[in-house]
Amino acid sequence: MKDGTTNVLIVGVGGQGVLLASEILCEVAKVMGLDAKKSEVHGMSQRGGVVTSHVRFGKKVHSPLIEEGAADVILAFEIAEGLRWVHYLRPGGTLIASDQRIVPPIATTGKFAYPEKVEETIKARVPKTKVVNAFEIGKRLGNTRLVNTILLGVLSREIDLEESKWLQVIERMAPKGTGEINKKAFTEGRAAK
Amino acid sequence: MEMLLSGNEAFARGVYEHGGEFASAYPGTPSTEILETLARQCKADVYCEWSINEKVALEVAVGASWGGARSIAAMKHVGVNVAADPLMTLAYTGVGAGLILVSADDPSLHSSQNEQDNRFYGKFASIPVLEPADSQESLDMVKDAFEISEKFDTPVLFRVTTRIAHSKGLVKIGERRTVEHAGFEKNIAKYVMMPVFAIVRHRMVIERLEALKRFAETTPLNAVEMGDTKVGVISGSVAYQYAKEVLPGASFLKLGLGFPLPMNKIMDFASKVDRLIVVEELEPFYEEQILAAGIPCEGKKFFSNFMELNVERVREGFIAAGALPKSSALPKQAQENVLPRPPALCPGCPHRGLMMALKKCGVNITGDIGCYTLSALPPLETIDTCLCMGASINHAFGIEKAKKTKKKTVAVIGDSTFLHSGITGLANVVYNRGTQTTIIVDNRITAMTGGQDHPGTSRTLMGEKTHAIDLVELVKALGVEHVRTVDPFKQEETIAVLKEEIAREAPSVVITTKPCVLFPSKLKAVTKFHVIAEKCTACGACFRIGCPAISASSEKNEKGRAKSQIDLELCTGCTLCFQVCPEEAIQELKK
Repeated sequence: MKDGTTNVLIVGVGGQGVLLASEILCEVAKVMGLDAKKSEVHGMSQRGGVVTSHVRFGKKVHSPLIEEGAADVILAFEIAEGLRWVHYLRPGGTLIASDQRIVPPIATTGKFAYPEKVEETIKARVPKTKVVNAFEIGKRLGNTRLVNTILLGVLSREIDLEESKWLQVIERMAPKGTGEINKKAFTEGRAAK
Repeated sequence: MEMLLSGNEAFARGVYEHGGEFASAYPGTPSTEILETLARQCKADVYCEWSINEKVALEVAVGASWGGARSIAAMKHVGVNVAADPLMTLAYTGVGAGLILVSADDPSLHSSQNEQDNRFYGKFASIPVLEPADSQESLDMVKDAFEISEKFDTPVLFRVTTRIAHSKGLVKIGERRTVEHAGFEKNIAKYVMMPVFAIVRHRMVIERLEALKRFAETTPLNAVEMGDTKVGVISGSVAYQYAKEVLPGASFLKLGLGFPLPMNKIMDFASKVDRLIVVEELEPFYEEQILAAGIPCEGKKFFSNFMELNVERVREGFIAAGALPKSSALPKQAQENVLPRPPALCPGCPHRGLMMALKKCGVNITGDIGCYTLSALPPLETIDTCLCMGASINHAFGIEKAKKTKKKTVAVIGDSTFLHSGITGLANVVYNRGTQTTIIVDNRITAMTGGQDHPGTSRTLMGEKTHAIDLVELVKALGVEHVRTVDPFKQEETIAVLKEEIAREAPSVVITTKPCVLFPSKLKAVTKFHVIAEKCTACGACFRIGCPAISASSEKNEKGRAKSQIDLELCTGCTLCFQVCPEEAIQELKK
């Protein structure tokens, strides 16, 4: 966290909710009184493509993009996407990944294969890797759509933002009627090993 | 109050706060959210419309400005090419109330067909260019833009890039303030651009540019931030943020008014620093003008004009320039080779059925701008060309008239694109005795940009019901006698109709009738399909239709090839895989 700016790269596949997660993270930083910026590209990528969202917060943020090799945390909603962006992590950074695998249709052409042993490869490169079975936790809570909030809970352990502010923002930004269950999901994620 | 807003949202807020009353646009990434935000939040105060194309969008905004309303027209960079005809002479007539043309450029062509740098339009038309560097400036500069427009009687080019338009930052928001303007008043010397009047206005344009240059010298939009004087950096837009990140202690001249440049200010800045380095994305727009003014500077030899900049590229540039030590580079880490995820047509997309059928017809397929362009990629590999909006029909016509190509050529164009600029091409086909088949893939929405209405959908951006253009009747009125409609999910029928029309020695049009699977609403109560693993022979026929719901299963046939499986979360029940499966291994899922 050089210069007091925290860099979180959130990655996944179109439709997984990466953008909403980065929105929530920025809001928490804002509620803490920090400057915050985020950047992503939407458009064609929505159609099943790779999605990345750069989130930066601190006293004063200039660039909306994280420099390659400067991410403090990578939060991957899909594990191979965590591997794809691992070079963005700073030495000593943390990689959090949901163990979900999404195999793109291009794999059926036989020209490309989904990587094998993703978790092992990541762990060999990143000592501080946390792979979370967020899908299972979501199922246990009764809704797999809670995966995002669970992962944000895991993330919250790795960055310096107050838990009460997280809960306050999640309650405000969760879809109507889902505030309580989302807060529970966040707490479960925060407690996940 | 502070809000987290994208550049587009902040600009929309700025239009509201600074008395905007009229906004028009044709959707195009990365500009689309400007009008979406305005319509969602401000339509009680700001009239909003999706225009049929960018030329119309600019022209109606010009009319509104002449009519006394502060107005904006928004479009992506290539949209400005479509609007260039009115723009170049609008520079002569000037405005009534303030008028802003937003050009949303797309360096790195995230969702575009080129990465042209539209700051050149400012220089080309002799009109001022404003370049915000973040969301707050995207809001604040609306005020400057309207005021400059009114003070200097000129349209203002408001130039953003994808990273400005789509990045979010904290923005202080304020209240709406309106400015009173009279309605349209007759003034032929200003508004009738026949030679006798236009020549006088051209002199005005030249004088106006001189006045703008004087303004550029004093406006706080161009700000000097003195620091260490070894390096003086001139930059604007998001490139300024990257440079500031990498070289925070250096001296900066930040340009908010990107054209015309404040040459005296630049000369003064240059005299205070040991060397002048220009950091700008895409073309050497500032650099060439500064050099032409006789001020030594360096830029593009360190910061390429290819694709967007970012922090690491700007750092590398400063290291190459010797402005930063090599040791300041972050340790490079190896990239892992992970399989690509190219964008694909959605599960249940009606374009898939049409493309599967066209594949059976043995034709060249000129394409257009829309989701269907994705089927140029494997496994469908159908579309053969894509150049610009509305071009497909004309390309097919030209290829056929050139008479060098054995296969027949058909054109594929979407409904929104056809209305945008395809109608004229089709009229040209009929007039010039073409015989091609044009296929309008009518999914009843502007899909690629996220689902916007157009003159064929019966809804306006203000949320009102309106007339929907009947494409069949329109095409007939152009003189096309052979017009057929097909349900692209019915493969046999679609193939038969296409073959018949392609063989015909007369112009014909085939219109597909199924709506976009994402808009206006998802299909309801569908019967989903699944794979009976014992029947599946792993022939791969369903893989070749490129449906994201279909993937390789862990079950293999005797040769070790993967059988297929269907993701029931994604399946929409479109039946296309069921129709191509030769083994009847794909069947309805019984509830």
